[in-house]
Amino acid sequence: MKIHEYQAKQILQQYGVPTPRGGLARTVDEAEQAARDLGGEIWVVKAQIHAGGRGMGGGVKLARSLSEVRQYAEQILGMQLVTHQTGPEGTLVQKVYIEEGCDIARELYLGMVLDRQTGQVCMMASSEGGTSIEEVAATNPERIHKAWFTPGVGFSAFHGRRLAYALGLEGPAVRSFVSFAAGLYRVYTEKDASLAEINPLVVTGAGDVIALDCKLNFDGNALYRHPDVLELRDLDEEDPSEVEASKYELNYIKLDGNIGCLVNGAGLAMATMDTLQHYGGEPANFLDVGGSATTERVSAAFRILLQDQVHAIMVNIFGGIMKCDTIAEGVIAAVKDVGLGGVPLIVRLAGTNVARGKALLAESGLPIRTAESLAEAAEISVAEARNYAEQNNA
Amino acid sequence: MAILIDRNTRVICQGITGGAGLFHSGQMKEYGSNLVGGVTPNKGGTTVLDDVPVFNTVKEAVDETNANASVIFVPARFAKDAVLEAVDGGIELVVCITEGIPVLDMITVKDAMKSTGARLIGPNCPGIITADQCKIGIMPGYIHKAGTIGVISRSGTLTYEAVDQLTNNGLGETTCIGIGGDPVPGTGFIDLLELFNNDPETEGVVMIGEIGGTAEEEAAEWVASHMTKPVSAFIAGQTAPPGKRMGHAGAIISGGKGTASDKIAALERAGIPVARTPSHIGSTMETALAG
Repeated sequence: MKIHEYQAKQILQQYGVPTPRGGLARTVDEAEQAARDLGGEIWVVKAQIHAGGRGMGGGVKLARSLSEVRQYAEQILGMQLVTHQTGPEGTLVQKVYIEEGCDIARELYLGMVLDRQTGQVCMMASSEGGTSIEEVAATNPERIHKAWFTPGVGFSAFHGRRLAYALGLEGPAVRSFVSFAAGLYRVYTEKDASLAEINPLVVTGAGDVIALDCKLNFDGNALYRHPDVLELRDLDEEDPSEVEASKYELNYIKLDGNIGCLVNGAGLAMATMDTLQHYGGEPANFLDVGGSATTERVSAAFRILLQDQVHAIMVNIFGGIMKCDTIAEGVIAAVKDVGLGGVPLIVRLAGTNVARGKALLAESGLPIRTAESLAEAAEISVAEARNYAEQNNA
Repeated sequence: MAILIDRNTRVICQGITGGAGLFHSGQMKEYGSNLVGGVTPNKGGTTVLDDVPVFNTVKEAVDETNANASVIFVPARFAKDAVLEAVDGGIELVVCITEGIPVLDMITVKDAMKSTGARLIGPNCPGIITADQCKIGIMPGYIHKAGTIGVISRSGTLTYEAVDQLTNNGLGETTCIGIGGDPVPGTGFIDLLELFNNDPETEGVVMIGEIGGTAEEEAAEWVASHMTKPVSAFIAGQTAPPGKRMGHAGAIISGGKGTASDKIAALERAGIPVARTPSHIGSTMETALAG
């Protein structure tokens, strides 16, 4: 789960990790008030959306007067901010964070992630603040320094000192960095984060170390033990059909194509999308209906796919413990319940009681095409989607 | 022979009185697995499925039944404790079906298991089966047929798709293992490839991977330098967009890493033929065997 920068900084502050002071604003007046409350002569107006790369897209501005704070808040609030992470349509900015200016001597990078190769939490520091860690890894990998942690020992000050000296820090900045890193480690492990990125991490002229930006993602599987984090979820930042799907415990991700897919199992669902593409089609979505393809869930899935205006729907179920005849009954009931409005439906069943399942589909009298293999189902779906598009000038 | 489990494996189920645990325990028993007991706290002393004794603790179950394998069906928030209890109780092979375990819990479990001789399969997996001998998991038993191919997969239903083809084209399987869709699996591809390499009954191995992480790339390197038997592969997620978690917690392309095309390229560099669609997994294995 992702949260906004201002929320992430509130969590850092709870753990004593230094950040600039700031205030949230939803209107231009609130932005000015936030700047007045902060005082000083320089402020940063920052768009609050979940995607990264906000500065490049014009979502972060330095204001040198209250009238400039107003001017930039006016520009940013309500804009469709396009970054490399939003896609070409951008994301609507509904909130800005007004932050005090900061005396920057050096800009660094500090991040934490799971290292899947070692199965350990890893802290990464780089001297290239402001640049993405992926880019540094590609161009100057020697500038990335890492520390790994075992759950028994956790963070020890030496981890922090090693990184600090590798970054070329000296004097009071070393102690500030170690304390910062220790706090960030606590945030990551105590809140079940899945990503923590401080980019840039700023060293001030006085040797203080503070988080100029902060991105925190959380392990969705651990949210049950962090109700405070769950409260920070912002549904405005999520795709509405994905939010709808999550209510029915459907694993659904919207894509750009026109062939809707409904599959049991995540691996098979991905493979189904791949097979559609292999035969010249474009999947409209990823959808794992899970182990129990009940009528209610299949109906919900059909409704979501139809909202996406697909040109064909392909159902691919490998019945294991879940029997194909039960699934066929669910599909038939869902078609009757939802009504596909002429969108072609292609069903491929395999596994337990497959003959009975196919017979039920045939006897239903509904316009459902069946296929033997995944490959055949994909070929039919691609052809049907083309026909549908031609007939409906879609 | 096969690997890890056979008809002599003595299995207990942790969470045997829960809905999924009881149903699948019945299915495992029906398949012929030697299910010697179950564990549910406060249900000790009862029996389920006619004659399967239930114990309060794994330790007690092992002491009474000599169990050496356990399958875990407990909810995600109790799964860490269940795996640790199994290992502490002396279980050698722990198979964790549970989906949705927090990553930090798995990191703790993996670290704790390092100093033991126990092996964890999963979590978030369909389990492990040696055809016609022993099933520990939730896969449909009847699609499996004793034969010569080992299967290692990060997926569930996609594995059934592959097994179905291996059964239908007459090759059959030795042991099939779902290693699970999580980012921190108990056992990875390489350990199992090594076991298959040393198993006289296994003549070839099908690897089914997916986007996320670099386990397939590491396995490809291992195959190129160590494997004496043909390996074929399939990678799911060629059309998956970056930054989106595709159902499995571990199936995500992040920071440009973990793409299907990188994995396919690494496998092909190692001389491993990669099926273009799941419908070609069986025939690709046949090609690999023909060598």
